[in-house]
Amino acid sequence: MAYSNKVIDHYENPRNVGSLPKDDVNVGTGLVGAPECGDVMKLQVKVNPETGIIDDAKFKTFGCGSAIASSSLATEWLKGKTVEQALAIKNTQIVEELALPPVKIHCSVLAEDAIKAAIADYKAKQEAGKPAGANAQPQPPA
Amino acid sequence: MKLPIYMDYHATTPVDPRVIEAMMPYFTETFGNAASRNHPFGWAAEEAVEKARKQVADLIGANAKEIIFTSGATESNNLAIKGVAEMYREKGNHIITCVTEHKAVIDTCKKLEKQGYRVSYLPVQKDGRISLDELSAAITDKTILITIMTANNEIGVLQPIAEIGAIAKEKGILFHTDAVQAAGKIPFNVNDLKVDLVSISAHKMYGPKGVGALYVRRRNPRVLLSEQISGGGHERGMRSGTLNVPGIVGLGKAAELCRTEMASDAARLRQLRDYLNEGLHKNLDELYINGSMEHRLPHNLNISFAYVEGESLLMGINDVAVSSGSACTSASLEPSYVLKALGAGDDLAHSSIRFGLGRWTTKEEVDYVIGKLTNVVKRLREMSPLYEMVKEGVDLSKMQWVTH
Repeated sequence: MAYSNKVIDHYENPRNVGSLPKDDVNVGTGLVGAPECGDVMKLQVKVNPETGIIDDAKFKTFGCGSAIASSSLATEWLKGKTVEQALAIKNTQIVEELALPPVKIHCSVLAEDAIKAAIADYKAKQEAGKPAGANAQPQPPA
Repeated sequence: MKLPIYMDYHATTPVDPRVIEAMMPYFTETFGNAASRNHPFGWAAEEAVEKARKQVADLIGANAKEIIFTSGATESNNLAIKGVAEMYREKGNHIITCVTEHKAVIDTCKKLEKQGYRVSYLPVQKDGRISLDELSAAITDKTILITIMTANNEIGVLQPIAEIGAIAKEKGILFHTDAVQAAGKIPFNVNDLKVDLVSISAHKMYGPKGVGALYVRRRNPRVLLSEQISGGGHERGMRSGTLNVPGIVGLGKAAELCRTEMASDAARLRQLRDYLNEGLHKNLDELYINGSMEHRLPHNLNISFAYVEGESLLMGINDVAVSSGSACTSASLEPSYVLKALGAGDDLAHSSIRFGLGRWTTKEEVDYVIGKLTNVVKRLREMSPLYEMVKEGVDLSKMQWVTH
């Protein structure tokens, strides 16, 4: 398997590895994949309550080099985006940026899922934090 | 020390310079066709082939007449299994094998199933070995062949070949073993083990690629095979085709070297392998050895580094050539079927590394591999959500995972 230089760079110098306090109401956590499939991504966003902008993002990934690179890249892209802008990130953009081969496209799909799951968790927390009767909507599964 | 380091001797081995030296004249001066009976060019080639036949036979305690040269172990396995199946079709249609066999055996059996044969695939126990009780229970009056490998190519686990041989003999069933990983590495005697057919490959024992052998027993019982490659009737009619004289000479020389150097090679490699294992265990926690350590080739180690995915591990040690059972390193995107068969869970299969040590492995190389792997595993665990969860006390087996 030949890797693109960008994948190797993210693998060797992953951006934003780590964890944010998952009980913080402004932090959304997405955990996707499964150990028996060989890929698990945990992606977290921290949204500034004043501006609605993601001002921090962290990840931890169990998976191949392309999975690590996809999640590392995702955290880079998330910072500075609004929640709605974050939801617009598509796996195909990750494929293109990292020059992923066809067998590694699922890594980018997983990263998109992780973003969506993290945002969904954040929104659910925000809804739960509102007074009763607020417009609480169930979140679709990631 | 030269980089990259080769530690994948189960995949293939370099040709020993002494083997190349033995082969060289047979490309040029002594280039004859071993089947040319009417001139000295042919006689010289035939003499070389017969010498090699004896060298291969001596390695496994056989008679030279019982060695058939082939293009490699895949062909040997095909010839043994299909050859017996066709030849003994009237006697029965049932074959017994095992789930952790090499694909050259499994896929051959699958093909025979399509042709109306019945195949039993024995499971393996946690240690990678079959149960003799399950083998006995699988035997029917239609069973014509048992084919069980001597040593597994991924986990190096040795099957109880002598015990299987005794059962097969008692029931009058032919017994084939794929001994590719074991031949030349550990003592192997066809009469002590009571095997009837044995597959061997040159390139796994410091010989050239593209040549192998099949041992076919001639006495008690005399095994007959239906030929799979038809033609000029070479190799007692069991395998036609002009003999690959230089390759066969190489296989012969490789077999001789393995026989004379087996004891010292095996002792040295066992020590290095154990040193590798202990070094990794000293530096890292949560390592799981796949398969029996007791019944294992001396030069094999297969370890799962929990919470770290195999391909990312290989990426981090890119100046060390090893293999992983991870799905991402295989064409099929499925983790190793051998490791899955051990029942340890797919997650550990994804985290596995196979080390194969060999004739030119040095202690310095092993030290380098220990150091490098330690750093990479630690770094990747810091990055692993699974490792973090386990350290927080989460039971991963009780998690609800969002799968695709």
